[in-house]
Amino acid sequence: MRREPPQRLAHYGPLFFPAGMLTVFFVVPFATMIAVSFFQRQQGGFYTPAFVFDNYARFLSLFFGKVLGFSLFLAVAVAVACVVIGIPFTYLLSRSARKIQIVWLVALLSILSLSEVMIGFAWSTLFSRTAGITNLFVWLGLMAQAQALTPSFGAVMTAMTYQAFPYTVLVLYPALVRLDPTLTEAARTLGASPVKAFLTVVVPALRNTILATLIMVFIFALGSYLLPQLLGRPQHWTLSVLITDQAIYQSNMPFAAAMAVFLVLVSLALVGLALYAGQQRQAK
Amino acid sequence: MRDILNAKLGRRSVLGAGLAGASMLAMPSVLRAQDKSLKVGVYGGFFKDSFDKNIFPDFTKATGIAIESVAEPTGEAWLVQLEQAAKAGAAPADISMMSQVAMLKGQSTNLWAPLDLGKIPNSKNLIERFVNKYPDGKVAGIGAVSWYITLVTNTQVYKEAPTSWAALWDKANADKLGLLALVSNSFLLEVTAKTFMGGTKALDTEEGIVKALEKLSEVKPNVRLWYRDEAQFEQALKSGEIPMGQYYHDVTGLAASQGSPVRSTFPKEGGIQDSGCWALSRASKKTEEAHTFINYMCQPAIQATLSRKVGTSPTVKRDLLDLTAEEFASVSSDIDPIIPRYDLYQTKSDFLNQKWTEMIAG
Repeated sequence: MRREPPQRLAHYGPLFFPAGMLTVFFVVPFATMIAVSFFQRQQGGFYTPAFVFDNYARFLSLFFGKVLGFSLFLAVAVAVACVVIGIPFTYLLSRSARKIQIVWLVALLSILSLSEVMIGFAWSTLFSRTAGITNLFVWLGLMAQAQALTPSFGAVMTAMTYQAFPYTVLVLYPALVRLDPTLTEAARTLGASPVKAFLTVVVPALRNTILATLIMVFIFALGSYLLPQLLGRPQHWTLSVLITDQAIYQSNMPFAAAMAVFLVLVSLALVGLALYAGQQRQAK
Repeated sequence: MRDILNAKLGRRSVLGAGLAGASMLAMPSVLRAQDKSLKVGVYGGFFKDSFDKNIFPDFTKATGIAIESVAEPTGEAWLVQLEQAAKAGAAPADISMMSQVAMLKGQSTNLWAPLDLGKIPNSKNLIERFVNKYPDGKVAGIGAVSWYITLVTNTQVYKEAPTSWAALWDKANADKLGLLALVSNSFLLEVTAKTFMGGTKALDTEEGIVKALEKLSEVKPNVRLWYRDEAQFEQALKSGEIPMGQYYHDVTGLAASQGSPVRSTFPKEGGIQDSGCWALSRASKKTEEAHTFINYMCQPAIQATLSRKVGTSPTVKRDLLDLTAEEFASVSSDIDPIIPRYDLYQTKSDFLNQKWTEMIAG
């Protein structure tokens, strides 16, 4: 079948609906947010339309710089953790029997049905002193006394990795299933150990998929605001937590919008940088 | 603000209430008014349920005005919605229960229709401070209910009840406290000022505020959880995971009466008394009904019913009430309360918020 470029307006028809949805639910709200970020905050009231840079100026401080830095670090850490655990897991999964694959995939997909609230509360119970897993360790004789594992950075990381893990597997799975098994077989025949074959053949062959997964989990984790609140100390609060505070509790929409715009710009820049780096490497 | 009184109100239900509110904004005409009706906004969850069950039916019986209760989201989201709707000439609720800070913010845009005290004769029953006034003396709102935030402890971990807010600073309580996460709903600056600086007047100047924040930052090593979500702290308090903190007197009392090992103590410096006002949106066309409603709610008998059924502290004078000493003690205290410096959360809100966030997250 030959594909012809669209000739008449009607040929673009199928595009109208998605384009409309994108405009109504993304472009318009985002443009509104950018506009509001320049509005004048009325302390003790609401805001008035204006064009001022105060909101951005307030954000440019060491304190918010640190919060932004931590948010980015946390998102990167979650992305790396997901990929490091996800690749070997998905690789082994794609090599296992069909039945086992289905059971695992259904279990992973069911995690997606859990809300962030439920995940947060479940982990805070698991990490608690009174009802948490350390009680099990005490019972097994591994620990002398039950202790609380939350709030801590580890608790935030664990819950966020748990939440993002199904997406990681879902993105990696098709690529790994389609990966030609003869590649690893050739490596093995040439004397590579299974681990070496995995690291030198499978991982490089999946470079683009891995990059895509990292970016997806990074963006997903950057928006998290409930888990850091439920499981972390105040120094583990992400920029999203502070944005919520400003928007919901201080009714300071201009400042919240400015922070959100900044967050979006920084993450877009990082994603662009990652893609650029990926292309450069491929060009070599 | 206040995630009112309901332990089970999660973020989802708050969002739900927000959505409900938003969809009411979108189609106010769907709710065709009857001859005499009034839309009243109350905090969603336990509060709304209690009002629907214990208060509104009697009001309709007494006055013939049908009440349609609207679940308000918490935080200032409802204020923002009312404000946007009023600009468009709509009122998602005629009367809403609003926090004091929200009252002041609404005043700045004249969101609240001035109330005529002549039509609310029962307002003379109120304790003076529960009449919320515009700077020029017009009445913006009338006290609906008040509640206390007190020092709460798990009875299994603390055999003896603490007697002073100073317990929060006690080094023995390292990593044991749960405190509210926001400057504007924890009122811990006022607590610090009353406990260590001779009263909340010490917060008049920015130097005073900074000093109070410095003193308060000494509490940080003791704090395990800075909570926004009440359910999280309540559950941790009951299990003893976080055995001490600040929490709502009424909900703690309710939990204790249901057998949880918790207690609420009025410290010798006083509990923090916060309150909600009935306020009328300027876009409402139900001025007459609204005045009838507020007048009805200011009756001592109704305030007593609220204390007994909802667990709130009355806004009318103590001697007018038929509450027994025991009933009164379960919702209030004769110890002079700590009254939040609401004015600061309006005039200095950004300064306070910035310093506070730097203090706890820095």
